[in-house]
Amino acid sequence: MVNKAYIIIEDGTILEGISFGANGTYYGELVFNTSLVGYTEILTDPSYAEQIITLTYSEIGNYGVNFEDLESEKIYAKGLIIKNLCEHESHYKSEKKLKDFLIENNIIGISNVDTRFITKKLACEGSKMCAITTQNCDFDEILHKVKQYKFPKDVVSYVSTRNIIKYEKNNPNTIKLGIIDFGCKNNIVKEILKRGIDLTILPYNTTSDEILANNFDALLLSNGPGDPKDCTLIIENIKKIIGKMPIFGICLGYQILALALNAKTDRLKFGHRGGNHPVIDLRSGKVFMTSQNHGYKVMDENLPCDIEVTHRNLNDNTIEGFESKKYNIKALQFHPEASPGPLDASLIFDNWVNDIINKKENIYNG
Amino acid sequence: MPLNKDIKKVLVIGSGPIIIGQAAEFDYAGVQACRALKEENLEVVLVNSNPATIMTDEMIAHKVYIEPLTLESLTQIIKKEKPQGLIASLGGQTALNLACELDKEGVLKEYNVKVLGTTIDSIKMAEDRELFKNLMLEINEPVPESAIVSSFEEADKFYQKIGLPIIIRPAYTLGGSGGGIAKTYEEYEKIVNIGLSQSPINQVLVEKSIAGFKEIEYEVIRDSNDTCIIICNMENIDPIGIHTGDSFVVAPSQTLNNKEYQMLRSSAIKIIRALKIEGGCNVQYALNPTSNEYYVIEVNPRVSRSSALASKATGYPIAKVTTKIAIGYNMHEIKNAVTKKTVAAFEPAIDYVVTKIPKWPFDKFAYGDRILGTKMKATGEVMAIGRTFESSFKKAITSLEDKNTGLLNRGFECLSNDDLFEALKIQDDMRIFRVACALYRNFDISAIHDVTKIDNWFIFKIKSIIDLYKQLETCHLDFNLYKKAKECGFLDDEIIKITGVDETIIEKLKEENNIKACFKMVDTCASEFNAATPYFYSTYGEVCELNDILNRSENKDKQNIIVLGSGPIRIGQGIEFDYCSVHASWAIKNNNYQSVMINSNPETLSTDFDIADRLYFEPMNIENVMNIVEKEKPYGVMVQFGGQTAINLASQLEKRGVKILGTSLSSINVVEDRKQFEKLLSKLEIPQPKGIGVYSLDEAKDIDTNIGFPVLVRPSYVIGGRGMQVVYNQNELETYLNEAFKFSNGHPILIDKYIEGQEAELDAVSDGYDVIIPGICEHIERAGVHSGDSISVYPAININQKIKNKMVEYTTKIARELKIKGLMNIQFIIHNDIPYVIEVNPRASRTVPIMSKVTNIPMVDIAVNAILGKSIKEQGYKTGLNKKTSLVCVKMPIFSFQKLNRIDPALAPEMKSTGEVLGVDYSYKKALLKAFIAANYKFPENKQRILVSLNDHYKKPALDIIRGFYDLGFLIMATWGTHKFLEKNGVPSKMIEKFMIDKLQKRMKEGRLSFVINTPTLGKDSQRSGFQIRTIAEMYQIPCFTSIDTARAYLEAFRYKEKNYKLRYRTIDSYRKSFFDFFR
Repeated sequence: MVNKAYIIIEDGTILEGISFGANGTYYGELVFNTSLVGYTEILTDPSYAEQIITLTYSEIGNYGVNFEDLESEKIYAKGLIIKNLCEHESHYKSEKKLKDFLIENNIIGISNVDTRFITKKLACEGSKMCAITTQNCDFDEILHKVKQYKFPKDVVSYVSTRNIIKYEKNNPNTIKLGIIDFGCKNNIVKEILKRGIDLTILPYNTTSDEILANNFDALLLSNGPGDPKDCTLIIENIKKIIGKMPIFGICLGYQILALALNAKTDRLKFGHRGGNHPVIDLRSGKVFMTSQNHGYKVMDENLPCDIEVTHRNLNDNTIEGFESKKYNIKALQFHPEASPGPLDASLIFDNWVNDIINKKENIYNG
Repeated sequence: MPLNKDIKKVLVIGSGPIIIGQAAEFDYAGVQACRALKEENLEVVLVNSNPATIMTDEMIAHKVYIEPLTLESLTQIIKKEKPQGLIASLGGQTALNLACELDKEGVLKEYNVKVLGTTIDSIKMAEDRELFKNLMLEINEPVPESAIVSSFEEADKFYQKIGLPIIIRPAYTLGGSGGGIAKTYEEYEKIVNIGLSQSPINQVLVEKSIAGFKEIEYEVIRDSNDTCIIICNMENIDPIGIHTGDSFVVAPSQTLNNKEYQMLRSSAIKIIRALKIEGGCNVQYALNPTSNEYYVIEVNPRVSRSSALASKATGYPIAKVTTKIAIGYNMHEIKNAVTKKTVAAFEPAIDYVVTKIPKWPFDKFAYGDRILGTKMKATGEVMAIGRTFESSFKKAITSLEDKNTGLLNRGFECLSNDDLFEALKIQDDMRIFRVACALYRNFDISAIHDVTKIDNWFIFKIKSIIDLYKQLETCHLDFNLYKKAKECGFLDDEIIKITGVDETIIEKLKEENNIKACFKMVDTCASEFNAATPYFYSTYGEVCELNDILNRSENKDKQNIIVLGSGPIRIGQGIEFDYCSVHASWAIKNNNYQSVMINSNPETLSTDFDIADRLYFEPMNIENVMNIVEKEKPYGVMVQFGGQTAINLASQLEKRGVKILGTSLSSINVVEDRKQFEKLLSKLEIPQPKGIGVYSLDEAKDIDTNIGFPVLVRPSYVIGGRGMQVVYNQNELETYLNEAFKFSNGHPILIDKYIEGQEAELDAVSDGYDVIIPGICEHIERAGVHSGDSISVYPAININQKIKNKMVEYTTKIARELKIKGLMNIQFIIHNDIPYVIEVNPRASRTVPIMSKVTNIPMVDIAVNAILGKSIKEQGYKTGLNKKTSLVCVKMPIFSFQKLNRIDPALAPEMKSTGEVLGVDYSYKKALLKAFIAANYKFPENKQRILVSLNDHYKKPALDIIRGFYDLGFLIMATWGTHKFLEKNGVPSKMIEKFMIDKLQKRMKEGRLSFVINTPTLGKDSQRSGFQIRTIAEMYQIPCFTSIDTARAYLEAFRYKEKNYKLRYRTIDSYRKSFFDFFR
């Protein structure tokens, strides 16, 4: 006998599907992702913390789950909504059924849902809160709670590392990079380590003094979940570091840098989540496809004059990257580490590394 | 970069006739290209020899040349038109090869023509195996171990190094013709030798076989700004080893994870950057199913069949964007045609599964070799869209229009388990049905996988369809089960058959639970952006997106008319019906109705969402069509433009209360029912060959006394004369009937007196009273050859005015009696000055596009106007037979025998050609010569031997033809009987033994045989030497005339050619102006 599951959206819409994950009732922000592949990476991306993910592609679970593809140690999302679940995955690397992976992580999965209806709703009406439940209970009560539900302001603290993690070779000549972990994806770490760099991953609440004490050659602010404006303490902290070393930012890290430079951020109507977002590099005129996952944007209005916009999204013209020459800052809204998504932007990591090397040489030579 | 301002006039090269491997997809691409160029106010000059295409309509380009696609013709056209640019990447391999030739001969340089888009150097780099291999090694992309060889000795060395199996691919051939996989040394030698002879540069690639790897394709577009996007990727259900054109294909890939998907995506982009492709292109990969090892198989540096599929699968107009890139735009400067807000530089996101299934001609060629390999055999394809793989796959099977719509009961039930298991090894068009049968019998999945190498994912998915089938067999049909079956793609008819429940129970289940088909949009973006694409597919149990759209005022204010398309391209039902469907759609719009198109063929223009007001990509099955009817609530449905596919739906539609617009169903039935038709003609006092329709062997006992042999036999309700044959005695008749009753489906078998006369045909439009006949065509081959396979000439030259008047009179009589509204085609045999009516088709025909073009009478427009109530006179046309134009045109059939093994190329009443070319000029002889040239016949100065072998019936009438060729300087070789006959009549010939096939083969291979004239003896026995000679001749592309009439026409053309008159090439409208006007 199949177990039913329900989606209760804040506008009162109730959708029925088949439960294939854990049992229970969860609340969260309902979002959609348009990637054709990469459900494992999406589920384990900490930026989805407290969100309930709808996948627009209709056949999910086809290649099972393999642990190489995880973007963090567990699923941070609150639920997964799909059209058709593959009962018999087929892949030589598969270690687990998607279904079992969800159950182990205590995450609700709902299949046989009109995911296109949800996507359309979010795209037309804007993002929404919702509940998902495997209990056929009082929907009015749940709906009431959905309406009350507030996205947690301290979500970064749920996903950031508690301890400092070091990847060092103790070679005096290697570059030392610090990452402040707001929910950093594994592939960012992999991309950096691939380039032979000493890496230190710091918790989100590391103070500026502690950061500076590490004598990093550069700092990277990672991706992460939530509204950047809620990260007030972090922003204050970063303000104290700006100008003292090169800083790079990805996604939430980018938004935090923008706020630290006194730019403004705002909520997007329904976010950018997928692997097909065209971005133009305004300096070279080159266009490439990017992996994206964000619900907020840096606003064009009141942009400080020391910020130069370097990238824009060709779909809605929102800012996708900026540079501050004065403070040695480069930041991107999209995900050059991909995973999932196109690898077009991976060269950016090389550019960043070159930046750090040049900077270092300038210091020694000048 | 914005539009290149130096370019004002662009030459577009079409792809020529439809052949296996090059079908309607290039008409679709070409039309998109021309429209995209016109949008930029560029002057478009188009050359194509295929008259059935929409692209050769004068409204598509500014100047349309329906002329042979040769170096010589294009050189002259370039000289005359002086275009600044040339687009070759949208006309298939034909256009690409021509562009390379024009470049090589210095024509482009001399006249300063720039190849727009992908450059010649890039094309060569991608097409030349050696250059390509070196480039791949340079950029570190893996290619299978291979060698280019020009002789078998070289190939043998490769074999010594690598061992078998080895794949053989000839250079520069279409759809991989001449290639194959060799598993034994004997096969290897044979395939290499054939490949060498078929390759225009005498080169083949031999490569390590990686059969069993996953076959994955990426459709990529690049612009001059180096932006690269993937339109979609596709996965072949059949692994490497079967040509992708013959494979079941899904989009997007199903079994690749993100790493594999991105690995191949990055590789594809790296490759097209290295090749500097500008525009659409296709990269094929082999991916090891158990590691991330992959090989690059092939790059098509142009728009291809896969591009058409990718365009339809995603809604992204690849050909249009390719054209814009060719004239200087970059993708981020081109507006997205679907969202109208975003730009063309993005990758489509899809939220459904697309399945493509090839359509093979084996139903027509019952004796053909069905084994699939690296040589493509399919004539067309169907595509279906579903929210799940199961529904998409199931719908695609339905779209094949087989009598059986399901996966089971395909004739394998009788096999024992052991035999079925053995049969799984056979790699042919029926394999998927054998897999289904094996799954029904609970064969082990891994055992099926081991034999077929089909990925378990697909086998499990097909199993879930079979499991549901079993549930339907055994369980009580309740709401849940019914809903599940509908969501999986089962048709009501199938459910009734499987469960045995009454139709009323189904109706009740539907009614009470509101289970109805709903429709979702194809919008390139998985509904992330608000799209306006009027492009839909059906699904069950979801929210219908159609209601909102139909309620919009712009849609609500007009009545809807549905045009039924013609489904997959097959022999006898080709691109001409797409031409008619598209024109009907346009004409409906002009009449202030909304046009709605239903079709299942991804190659065609009719399934471009730009054509009709709304497009439904659905199977051409009554249930699927009715689902749309219920939503659209149309004023009526037009069935006469979509060939037999559409006509076959008419009675079921009318039964369900749907109005058939145009000629009524009862009139359609009159002409398709033998007895009624006979009665009609006698009532109208129209001569017809004596004939009867029989339902049993018994009724055919007295044929000889009642009708007299020879007789022409055929089933009623057929496409392209399927199963038609001339039989000469009672024995042959009975053999035929025994076979035919198996497939006649309760319809009678028709037996007619065979009159060996002059065949002629005409197309007419009627408004129920008057008719307009653009012209009368006569056939070169005498009766007995299917009209689709005959060379036909307009205006008719051997038919006198008196007979013509009779033909017009009969046409008018029939039209009035049957109240024909719309198109009608009538075939005649003229014998002793009497025109006998042999066939009336109350629908569009193969010749409608040709007649519309050469006479400038837009037949489909007039037909639609007439159907919607405007009489021919009201439309301002003169009724009756149109005045002869000053041009002469010769239609020549094109065959694809090289792609099909064990098919007798001999002309017969059964249609075998896949396409056609048109030769146009002011005189018959010039037009005839052009038609032969366009059909790729050669007129060598160096005259070799010709082989003649005639049956007794044709010896005498062929004498003057053989003598003619002898006088031209050919040396005659003849088989014993023919030799004796020629000797007696004073034509010198050398006698050859019939059985010296090897010697003949050697001669053909070495180019020491110019052509063959061979009239077949009866029977389909493939052991006959005549059959063997004909097939070998086809293999080496040596003309083989099986009708002496075709040989006579070739002789005429040859004689004309010898006079060395220079052929001139003109646009179709300038030919139409009187010859004398031209000089005024």
